[in-house]
Amino acid sequence: MALVLTEEQQLLRDTATQFFQERLPIANLRKLRDTKDASGFDRGAWKEMSDLGFAGIMISEKYGGTDFGPVGLGLVLEQAGRTLAASPLISTVLLCGSAVQLAGNATQRQDILSAIAAGDRIMALAIEEGPHHNPARIATKATPDGNSYRISGSKTFVLDGHVADQLIVVARTAGEESDRSGITLFLVDPKSEGVKITRTLMVDSRNAANIEFSNVAVPSSAVLGSVDGGNDVLEQVLDIARIGLSAEMLGLVQQTFDTTLAYLKERKQFGKVIGSFQALQHRMAALFAEIELCRSVVLDALSAIEDRRNDVPQIASIAKARLSEISTLMTNEGLQMHGGMGMTDQFDVGLYMKRARVAAASFGDANFHRERYATLEGY
Amino acid sequence: MEALDKFRQEIKAWLEENCPPSMRTPMPEEETVWGGRNARFTNPDAKLWLDRMAARGWTAPTWPKEYGGGGLTRDENLVLQQELRRIKARPPLSSFGLWMLGPALLEFANEEQKKEHLPKIVRGEIRWCQGYSEPGAGSDLAGLQTKCEDKGDHYLVNGQKIWTSYADKADWIFCLVRTDPTTKHDGISFLLFDMMSPGVEARPITMISGASPFCETFFTDVKVPKKNLVGELNKGWTIAKRLLQHEREMISGMGLGGVGAGGGIGSLEQVAKDYFGETGGRIAGPSLRDHITRQKMDSKAFALTMQRSAEEAKAGQGPGAASSIFKYYGTELNKRRYELLLELMGTRALGWEGDGFDDGEINVTRSWLRSKGNSIEGGTSEVQLNVVSKRVLGLPD
Ligand SMILES: Cc1cc2nc3c(=O)[nH]c(=O)nc-3n(C[C@H](O)[C@H](O)[C@H](O)COP(=O)(O)OP(=O)(O)OC[C@H]3O[C@@H](n4cnc5c(N)ncnc54)[C@H](O)[C@@H]3O)c2cc1C
Ligand SMILES: Cc1cc2nc3c(=O)[nH]c(=O)nc-3n(C[C@H](O)[C@H](O)[C@H](O)COP(=O)(O)OP(=O)(O)OC[C@H]3O[C@@H](n4cnc5c(N)ncnc54)[C@H](O)[C@@H]3O)c2cc1C
Repeated sequence: MALVLTEEQQLLRDTATQFFQERLPIANLRKLRDTKDASGFDRGAWKEMSDLGFAGIMISEKYGGTDFGPVGLGLVLEQAGRTLAASPLISTVLLCGSAVQLAGNATQRQDILSAIAAGDRIMALAIEEGPHHNPARIATKATPDGNSYRISGSKTFVLDGHVADQLIVVARTAGEESDRSGITLFLVDPKSEGVKITRTLMVDSRNAANIEFSNVAVPSSAVLGSVDGGNDVLEQVLDIARIGLSAEMLGLVQQTFDTTLAYLKERKQFGKVIGSFQALQHRMAALFAEIELCRSVVLDALSAIEDRRNDVPQIASIAKARLSEISTLMTNEGLQMHGGMGMTDQFDVGLYMKRARVAAASFGDANFHRERYATLEGY
Repeated sequence: MEALDKFRQEIKAWLEENCPPSMRTPMPEEETVWGGRNARFTNPDAKLWLDRMAARGWTAPTWPKEYGGGGLTRDENLVLQQELRRIKARPPLSSFGLWMLGPALLEFANEEQKKEHLPKIVRGEIRWCQGYSEPGAGSDLAGLQTKCEDKGDHYLVNGQKIWTSYADKADWIFCLVRTDPTTKHDGISFLLFDMMSPGVEARPITMISGASPFCETFFTDVKVPKKNLVGELNKGWTIAKRLLQHEREMISGMGLGGVGAGGGIGSLEQVAKDYFGETGGRIAGPSLRDHITRQKMDSKAFALTMQRSAEEAKAGQGPGAASSIFKYYGTELNKRRYELLLELMGTRALGWEGDGFDDGEINVTRSWLRSKGNSIEGGTSEVQLNVVSKRVLGLPD
């Protein structure tokens, strides 16, 4: 158990803080949004992030990574969350990087992990099929066809789907729609014939896409992991993503809290600063308590991955449920305490609220994770 | 590390030999050992267990040996506590002396006072009560008016305290008194005296749970020797506040569901299955299941935060801001836990007495009522939130 940061980790956090504050402040997200940027993220900054070792943070040195581990990645994500930095950290590093690390064969690892670490490849995981996260229900089919497979189906909410150089597609190779077994992961070239990608513009101004697969041919060498046995890997990958995303949300929550607190000390009404009203003070103090609990849970969840503990699924659900709920609460309260100003596009609190909702809906919201936790615990 | 392992082996062996088997069973509340001149031991093993632990100073493991404590380092104490938990040992002694007064004396008392009072606390010979609150001074504690006059060779105390837990059973009191009526915080002193002194009277008050643990306490011309003043005259507020920190830490622990968790009552999910029913191995009511999950998740998050705070303190990063929320969050969590138990058990948790309900069920009802005091005693939740707003968040008056 490590709930206190080592010196090395503190250093990494400081580097990340500086990078995101200077290179990807919230003005960067506004610019991407207002210019309708085709990529939806700053490619130059992503290259710099890989130079700093952020892209290869979970990747071993053998493939050119920095191998700082999950706690390190969490620290970077938290700082990214503070400035709402748009980057392929979640799609490429958390999701696809982890999947290849866990399930890839030697060739796939060599090819993909070194490209990710170098910042040369953007990847996206195509899993969702409906408006709610439901990894147990996969209808997209992959049918054997000689020495290859044919994939058909439609995916939605594919993060960074329209900019990905390579996709990982979750498809069913056996069983019924809700069976846990019979799921296989495929590496798919988005330029393949029959792949139709449509960018979806989300409320948080971050990247997502709908992808149609119509009888798309993929060679059997594109199978990632074992045929029909993809569910185990998928669950592990999703837990890493849930925990990493919780770390990003922690940064978002903390930043909204800090900004609101500063506003309460500055805005005057009734001849005094509004932060002197107990009706607001108690709500801030209660939020402070909730955020302290968020921090402990996120740190413990990150170290659970690092230490390969067997309660990763449980702590991932605790973290994602708590951060989904508290980020909703904090952004609602933050907006309310800004009064009319909170309703303006000019003030940042609205942007934090929008990101909070998309992050909450990603990889299971609080309802999903409470239900999952109860199932895992056998009640 | 090696030394600690050796220490653990020694403790294991010692506990194996010295902790009576009946002291390794869940403790009904009425068997709690409070010590004191009139100590009652419902179970004779309890006395044996107390005496053996006290002889090693392990009722107060980290206090210096010269005052009867165990003289253990923080790490050694951690090992001791782990081993005690492992064999599910009952606490040998529960006492305000151990939890609140002792730590304050170690910091503020003179040598003579430490030698006089600490060993008796360790051995459970003297039971203490806390004379802080008054009818006119609750949250605004520094408004207290109990008068203490310097009569040359002694002090003379007159006034009234209220909510004094166990004043009718305690041997001594640590008491906040007014020694300067012209100022507020700077006119308070910290005094110790014997509850047998002439002029002391404690009248029990019945709580909503039916028990009478606290009292109105009256002082009429009580003579107190001058050597019983702790610290300097009019400097008692600093001691009072520090002692409150120890008290709040103790109360915060309730958030973990340890204290008064309802003797004989199992985990929330087991209670739900037993009292509400299950379908296909799952709790039959999805809404109840969800409430249980919220409670479990928040408890886990709270436990992790206490652990993080302890690790930060150990790493020399100071007590950290997180500790300021423990009293507030822990007690609110404990209250929620009892409300949930009531929902899970339905009318079985709404019995008052008699054969219609078993002891565990009655215990839940009574503990639910008692839990309401958690967010009042030791500083109310609202006062805790005020403290966080002002001291931690820096919000102005
Ligand atoms: C969509 C919209 C439409 C509007 N349309 C109009 C319009 O047509 N015409 C018009 O004149 N105005 C309009 N307003 C302005 C609106 O009336 C004000 O925003 C509102 O009165 C709050 O004032 P404020 O924005 O200055 O917030 P503040 O007064 O600065 O409040 C900030 C925060 O402090 C809290 N607060 C302030 N004082 C206290 C206190 N004493 N105790 C506890 N908490 C306190 C508030 O509740 C709030 O949470 C509109 C506002 C909105 C959002
Ligand atoms: C079970 C139990 C055991 C106790 N044991 C002891 C003991 O052993 N020794 C001892 O000395 N005392 C003891 N107490 C007393 C306890 O410390 C006081 O009850 C407590 O400090 C609150 O004071 P009060 O009851 O006068 O409430 P009040 O101070 O009158 O408070 C009433 C309400 O007003 C709120 N309030 C007050 N001030 C503010 C403010 N500034 N801002 C916002 N809200 C405010 C409070 O939060 C509360 O909700 C015990 C109390 C209980 C319930």
